[in-house]
Parts: sequence; structure tokens; C-alpha cells
Amino acid sequence: MQQHTYIFAAHVTYRMITRKLNLLLAALAFILISAPAFAQQVKVIKYKELEQIRNAPHDTLYVVNFWATWCKPCIKEMPYFEALTAQYKNQPVRVMLVSMDAAEDLEKRVKPFVQKRSLKSDVLLLDEVDANTWIDKLEPKWSGAIPATMVFNNKRKQYEFVEKELSQEELQSIILKYKP
Amino acid sequence: MKKPNLPLVYMVCLLLVGVLLAAVPADNGYQVGDTARDFKLKNVDGKMVSMADYKDAKGFIVTFTCNTCPYSVAYEDRIIDLHKKYAPKGYPVIAINPNDATASPKDSYADMQQRAKKKNFPFAYLHDETQEITKAYGATRTPHLYIVQKQKDGKYKVAYIGTIDDNSRDASKVEKKYAEAALDQMVAGKTISQPNTKAIGCTIKWREA
Repeated sequence: MQQHTYIFAAHVTYRMITRKLNLLLAALAFILISAPAFAQQVKVIKYKELEQIRNAPHDTLYVVNFWATWCKPCIKEMPYFEALTAQYKNQPVRVMLVSMDAAEDLEKRVKPFVQKRSLKSDVLLLDEVDANTWIDKLEPKWSGAIPATMVFNNKRKQYEFVEKELSQEELQSIILKYKP
Repeated sequence: MKKPNLPLVYMVCLLLVGVLLAAVPADNGYQVGDTARDFKLKNVDGKMVSMADYKDAKGFIVTFTCNTCPYSVAYEDRIIDLHKKYAPKGYPVIAINPNDATASPKDSYADMQQRAKKKNFPFAYLHDETQEITKAYGATRTPHLYIVQKQKDGKYKVAYIGTIDDNSRDASKVEKKYAEAALDQMVAGKTISQPNTKAIGCTIKWREA
């Protein structure tokens, strides 16, 4: 009987240890998996995916800004877009910063840029070489100069496109006009 | 924080937008088929240059480009090659820097002279100081090409507006040479199959009003 109890106790201890170990492993796995979610990611997309964003049916105001790490006026206006992300947190306003950098520069330039500035908006990189094949499909009025910004809420059939560097006041007034 | 007076903020915003809209040049430049105006702009060698100075030219590859835009820099050698290939056929390059030197200091006339010397530009590199020509043509980015063809009456007809090729990044990976295709068709007396093309480029740095 005593021996039985001993075995039972040992078994319980063993189970407790394994459970703790499992928990620890699970926690570790969770940290490993979710770590990249904390660090800002740059999603590489093709034109098709950009088109899907443009056609998103939600009652959300999408603010899509086209930029590049080499584009000075883009970098100048970027804080205004970041401010929107903070300002409209938990509201149906979604800022997407679509980089025109070359896909080869993702690790070397784009990711370090995003980390350094701890950007909070969604950052995407459009991996298309020949802009002539897609610019007109997206917006015929766009000559291809960046920065350029499109704001839309497809549910409410709202759309505006600007091909220039925006001041914070200009950007704010555009958002105020459409914000759901 | 005090609650902002929203109607006032809104009015100020509207006013600002209005002022800015007035400052931005209208986006009505030339379309393919339009007649392009001649110009008289200062070249990096100090001389004034017009299209009319080129007595034997059949047309021009008017290229709005600059010192500072990475796309322009990436295309420099290809612009030189375009000139070398098509100047003997009657279509030289005339490069025009559209950027305001105050807005973009490295695009100053002195910096242009330096760049032209360093790259040994075989073509004219002109400074559009007042940005009048850039506005008249409707150029919006660098590089931005306008290929014009001299007509029998001496006028310059816009035959092509757009980009050089399909890969700004890597000249060795180019598959479609848009400008060359247009020029070859022009030289052969054919209709240009793709007279309008687009590319990502840098905005022109406008002078602040």
C-alpha cells in the first residue's frame, strides 16, 4: 500500500512536471510564433493583391500611400500617415504604406527603415517591375510620380486620389471628409 | 486639452487646401499629337539652347531628368545610349532639369554642371529655372520623356510621352524598350504602336509660391 502511494505520488509529481514543461514549451512556442507579430512586418504583394485591397468591400476608409525609402517628400509626409493610424485606432480607418522599392531592397533597406521608425501602419512592398502594366489599371490619372495617395471607402462609393506631397492639414481634411 | 473649435479647424483646413491647390500647376500638359513649344534654356556650358538651333534634327528626345532622383540616376547611362543611338538618325536627346534649386539644392545649375562633366553627357542638359517649360509640357516626374517630331511646317509634334523601358532598376533585365520601339517606328515612318507609357518616378520639385 505504502509503495503504491509512493508510486502514485511519484506519478503525480511526474505529471506535474510534464504539465509545467508543456506549459513552458507552449509559452515558448507562443513567444516564438508571435514575436514577428510584435515587430512590424513588410508584406510583399503583387499587383493582384493591391487590386484586391482597392476593391475591398468593407465600410472602412482605406488610406493607401505610395512611397519609397529613396523618396524624400514621401518620408516627409509619412509621420502624418502614422498619426492617422494612432488617431483612428479601433476605428474603421486603415492606413497602408505601399513601398515602391525594389523587392531586392526588402531586407537591406525597407525592413530596416520600418524598424528604425517603428512604423505602426501596415507596410507593404509592391513587387512589380514594369509600372506601365499596372498604373493605368489602378488609376489612369496617376502619372507615376510618388508620393501619391488614394483614399477610398467602397461601401460608401467614396474615392479620392492625389499625386503630390500632402501637408498634415491637407491629409487631415481629406480624412475628415470621408471618415465613417 | 481644450476641445478644438471644429468648424474653425475645418475652415482653416479648407482655406489651406485652396491655397495649396492654387499653388500647384494645373495638370494639363501636352498629349500625344499636340504641338510642343520650343524653348530657350541655359545649358551646362553656359549657352542658351533651343530646338530651333538643331538645323538637321528630325525631332528630339526631350527628357525631363535631374541629378537627385534615384530613378534619373539609374537611367543616366541609358539616356546617354539613347542619344548615341538616335542622334545620328536625327533624334538627339535634350535633357531638361525641371527641379527648383531651392526645393532641391543638389539640382542647382552648378551641381548640374558637375554632374554633366562627371558623366560626360554628350547632349545638352538645360536648366528650366522658371519651370515654365516643364509646366507647358506637363512633365510630372523624373525621368519623363517627350519625343517630338519636326513637321514640314517647322512645328514640333509630340509623338511619344512616357518612360524609357520596363525596368528602371536593372538595365540588363529590360524586356521592353518602350522609347526605342517608338523611335524605331518613327525612323521607319510607321505609326507608334505604344505612344503613351508610364513608370514610377520622383515628383518634380516645384518652386514654392
